[in-house]
Amino acid sequence: MTLAATSATFRSWRQPSIIPGFGLTFGVAMVYLSLIVLIPIALLILRTTQLSWAEYWEIATSERVVAALRLSFGAALIAAAINAVFGVIVAWVLVRYEFPGKRLIDAIVDLPFALPTAVAGIALTAIFAGNGWVGQFIEPLGIKVAYTSIGVVIALTFIGLPFVVRTLQPVIMEIERETEEAAATLGANRRQAILRVILPTLVPALLTGFVLALARGIGEYGSVVFIAGNLPYRTEIAPLLIVIRLTEFDYNGATAIATIMLAIAFVMFLTINLIQVWARRRFGYV
Amino acid sequence: MRRLVYGAVLSMVLAVSAQAQTTLLNVSYDPTRELYRAYNAEFIKFWKEKTGETVTIQQSHGGSGAQARAVIDGLKADVLTLALEGDINAVAEKTKKIPADWRGRLPNNSGPYTSTYVFLVRKGNPKNLKDWGDLVKPGVDVIVPNPKTSGGAQWAYLAAWGYADRLYKGDEAKVKAFVAALYKNVPVLDSGARGSTTTFVQRGLGDVLLSWENEAFLAINELGPDKFDIVVPPLSIKAEPPVALVVGNAEAKGATKVAQAYLEHLYSAPAQKIIAKNYYRPAKPELADPADLKRFPEVELLTIDDPVFGGWAKVTPKHFANGAIFDQIYKR
Amino acid sequence: MSEQSLPALAAPATWRAPTAEGRPVRLLLIGVAVAFIVLFLGFPLLVVFIEAFRNGAGAYFGAFADPDTQHAILLTLLVAAIAVPANLVFGVCAAWAIAKYQFRGKAFLITLIDLPFSVSPVIAGLIYVIMFGSHGYFGPWLNDRDIQIIFAVPGIVLATIFVTFPFVARELIPLMDEQGTQDEEAAISLGASGWQTFRRVTLPNVKWGLMYGVLLCNARAMGEFGAVAVVSGHIRGLTNTMPLHIEILYNDYQWVAAFTVASLLALLALVTLVVKSVLEWRFSHELANGPR
Repeated sequence: MTLAATSATFRSWRQPSIIPGFGLTFGVAMVYLSLIVLIPIALLILRTTQLSWAEYWEIATSERVVAALRLSFGAALIAAAINAVFGVIVAWVLVRYEFPGKRLIDAIVDLPFALPTAVAGIALTAIFAGNGWVGQFIEPLGIKVAYTSIGVVIALTFIGLPFVVRTLQPVIMEIERETEEAAATLGANRRQAILRVILPTLVPALLTGFVLALARGIGEYGSVVFIAGNLPYRTEIAPLLIVIRLTEFDYNGATAIATIMLAIAFVMFLTINLIQVWARRRFGYV
Repeated sequence: MRRLVYGAVLSMVLAVSAQAQTTLLNVSYDPTRELYRAYNAEFIKFWKEKTGETVTIQQSHGGSGAQARAVIDGLKADVLTLALEGDINAVAEKTKKIPADWRGRLPNNSGPYTSTYVFLVRKGNPKNLKDWGDLVKPGVDVIVPNPKTSGGAQWAYLAAWGYADRLYKGDEAKVKAFVAALYKNVPVLDSGARGSTTTFVQRGLGDVLLSWENEAFLAINELGPDKFDIVVPPLSIKAEPPVALVVGNAEAKGATKVAQAYLEHLYSAPAQKIIAKNYYRPAKPELADPADLKRFPEVELLTIDDPVFGGWAKVTPKHFANGAIFDQIYKR
Repeated sequence: MSEQSLPALAAPATWRAPTAEGRPVRLLLIGVAVAFIVLFLGFPLLVVFIEAFRNGAGAYFGAFADPDTQHAILLTLLVAAIAVPANLVFGVCAAWAIAKYQFRGKAFLITLIDLPFSVSPVIAGLIYVIMFGSHGYFGPWLNDRDIQIIFAVPGIVLATIFVTFPFVARELIPLMDEQGTQDEEAAISLGASGWQTFRRVTLPNVKWGLMYGVLLCNARAMGEFGAVAVVSGHIRGLTNTMPLHIEILYNDYQWVAAFTVASLLALLALVTLVVKSVLEWRFSHELANGPR
């Protein structure tokens, strides 16, 4: 009853709808969100207030922190882009085509989630190190992957892949064949149909997958420390720097770096989500 | 599935009720797993014979600093057996559960065993690495863990520092340049000792691994005596991993007596034998098996209290704190 | 559905459906996808199994005899059994509230839901240390009452819930958004209750997204390492989950045992396969007749 009453007061900021259950579902979601995410993160941020602004600024702009943040964000961005391109192809192929071994391929897409990150790091290093399956062929060509920043990109590509594929798959399944058929009937060739009709419908899901892979990559620690060289300024990722600060019993330094990462990621997420909501309102769909 | 879940719940309940009998939690650092597995069996037997009580010992291993932090944050360790004195000092300072004079409460500055740092090289020592000075030569790849994340690796750094200090007769600028040159030759700073061993052994990277003496022996035994050699430099450092009773936690649990006995028994004859067998240098070599002792090469060892270091209270802020010398050598 | 592309495949190569790609394009795309998956996922998977079976099947199955290993498996199952349903309920509620209504601040709310993804696992663990550790905000209060949260099972469960928090919601929101509200509105105006509408109309439409969400959530809950490592305390046979136990075994030079446990987690991917096949079979009738 109270929920219904509260939901009535929401009317001003919410468009009316005949679908029931807003109060209940919104309430449950908000309470859970607050308990699990908002309060803990608020306390984390509160913790950094033990630092003065000057100290905080000094940590944020120190050369080493900047180098680590640049590597973490840069590598995550490249990895997410790789995943966006190949993820679309993989998801498309898995939904639309039949070929031997398809089900197995479909199944192992989840591997990066199930496999503990440390194991992934060890396995990837074993493959790309100078004496590994792939490393022995590419290292003579002058391409060093393990213990360099390329290794970081490889690890983050592995980690982020399921986000893109699994976000796209259900959406591709839901694309109405009629729309494509209509495009074809209206004289569009296949390429036009794909570029003008299919890809635009995939954009929101693709963006979502891209951002999720990106965010996950920025924070990733377990797999990267095995395949990166961990050398300060060169192959040291931001989460490793956090661990180092913790080892020095410097909780404030650690939380300061954490909140910087959080703030950047938050702005990124918010931008993408705003674009999506705006596009939906503007065009009715994206 | 449901049965498995019930099973899991049941086993949790059992695990909790198992705590009702005497249990000790030994929070230790990484390379001591084999040692404490053997020692725990010995102590359980000893305690049963002496008092008739059955004691259960739980082990937790991890990076020395991370383990200290866990205890500070509330992990209920009864005894601490870490890699660095500084880590136990941090627990003592921040929790007040360990008396400040803990080092004097057990024999030999609370160090039942010591170890040192040696070189593990590829079979036949192809780059002919004999001493610390050889490690800074161009083209030599050195594998060593990150002293920022692996407490034990601080000993390796200090051994190199001690060597250079003697070479340059205390000229700190030159000593610093030497250590910087050494770390220039490090292509990978793994986060822990075992990570470095893997990089060197499995990935085939590097010409030399700076390793705990016991780790080097273990690596050779486990991973192939035909592939690696141990090289002992003429000068190294005496690494003294300390042990301490976490009085506050043991008292709260009513386990002070058994926890204290657990640590004291480390100095007994059977324990010292186990220690030597696991390639740690026993504090009381006269109690250990002479055959085991023969495996330890003679080497001049600097101690942390040597004037060149001046004890951990000086070493940590000078070398390993945020922005201290180790950070400076990486600054571009 | 994929079945729908079958006629195109069966047709002679010279003719093709207007809604399918030509054979060369198709083969190229399949080739690229398979090569990418094999390189990035297949090889690591192979490494895990090769290492696990290095000393033969005997050693592989022998590794499960270790009571600490068994305990780690049970603990992992327990943690997932709590974390996944909790996040499932939240995910469905959040997706319903967000996708089926228009209100201001929606993008902001979705961003808040995404937040745990952008928190490094290391920090996710640290957050609970800051809250429940001895020097944390609630630490002293808990200490006085002798309640242990971190370095015990509750802490592990909390960290896992945090890390897997957005999965179900994030999978459902774009999908339910895409589908709009017409179906639900029709059902409601025909007199169905909210719950009936959800069960009969919405659920069948989102079942695939829901399935992916749950499977991903579960996989991540069982495989999470970083956050759990911070709050676990690493006590052998007590607070070690499978990923933590793998690390311990690996550091013990017990590489076969370490990769054996890892292979078990890798097999979770096969659970996806089974669940998907079952669902496809279960709904095949509906798919054949359904609108989509």
